[in-house]
Amino acid sequence: MGKGKRKVPGLNQSSTADISFILLIFFLVTTSMDVDSGLARRLPEWDPNAIEQEMTIKERNIMTVQVNKNNEIHVKNGVINRVIDISELKDIAKEFIANPDNNPSLPVIEEYNIEDYGVVYTTIKHVISLQTDRTTNYEIYFQVQHELSKAYTELRDAWARQTFGKELSKCDEKTEQPVARAVYASKISEAEPKQYGTAQ
Amino acid sequence: MSKFRSNGKREMPELNTSSLPDLIFTVLFFFMMVTSMREVEVKVQVKTPNGTTEIEKLERKSLVSHIYIGPPSKSYRAALGAAPRIQLNENFAEPEAIREFVIAERESMFEKDKPLMKMSLKIDKGVQMGIVTDVKQELRKAKALNIVYSAGIDKSQMR
Repeated sequence: MGKGKRKVPGLNQSSTADISFILLIFFLVTTSMDVDSGLARRLPEWDPNAIEQEMTIKERNIMTVQVNKNNEIHVKNGVINRVIDISELKDIAKEFIANPDNNPSLPVIEEYNIEDYGVVYTTIKHVISLQTDRTTNYEIYFQVQHELSKAYTELRDAWARQTFGKELSKCDEKTEQPVARAVYASKISEAEPKQYGTAQ
Repeated sequence: MSKFRSNGKREMPELNTSSLPDLIFTVLFFFMMVTSMREVEVKVQVKTPNGTTEIEKLERKSLVSHIYIGPPSKSYRAALGAAPRIQLNENFAEPEAIREFVIAERESMFEKDKPLMKMSLKIDKGVQMGIVTDVKQELRKAKALNIVYSAGIDKSQMR
């Protein structure tokens, strides 16, 4: 028998680094870092009992954007009725939504009361009706949605700059941004597929 | 003799590597935080369209469910043809299966997150609107109204 205390030999830790390297590489391989991004939209509620409502929208308040099977974009509102290029869509939509010159053939500018803010004058009753064919290309449809969304954003931005004196993204998220969103609320209506072809 | 002069050969001191494992563990934890597990194997070819200013990043991945629409990948072409198909989880599906898929996804979420559920539609550029409209109608029936048309950000076009 040995005498006195025996020293416990130290654990060899030189391979810990290798082990953690293996773990690191495993995580690098199995995970993905890419952040998903996209264009957010909200679908209308589904109501199975909905009787086809005879919407009484005044002619001047409606703009129809029709993307046909040849991927041509046909726009019809009070001042325009023709096939357009995608690059024109944003400005046409902006003019339609805002009606800056109070044109009698573009949407009515009305008083509109926003809660916690007050009265603004805007074309609250305008509707953009987006119609597609079953064989329309998805990318064109996406670009149309994107351009319309851009039109709304730019109008809100201009309004925020005029009213609050700063860009929309710099406005307060709780108080100022919702107001700008309410002034130019997105009113894109997509035709029910079964109605397509019968409407108008 | 100067007192600074050393006598004999000097040895290069060894680098202390005892903190190397800690260092690597830190990197490992960093990666575990910022990344997420790879999603399901995608069996359809999806090349999403590109947008510019209107594209938002999806921040909370736990709220997002994915629906893929596109032509089947090469290995499935022989069996399924090239017509666009819908993929839910790991499987190809018909539009009618979406409602069940939404219910299952909703069940797996926390109660307070349920109204915030988002459906990310990863749709190939070349797909026709017919199948997209069908999917949207099914989503409306399933009351999954928040949708995101998945798209990349085209930085070169940004003004």
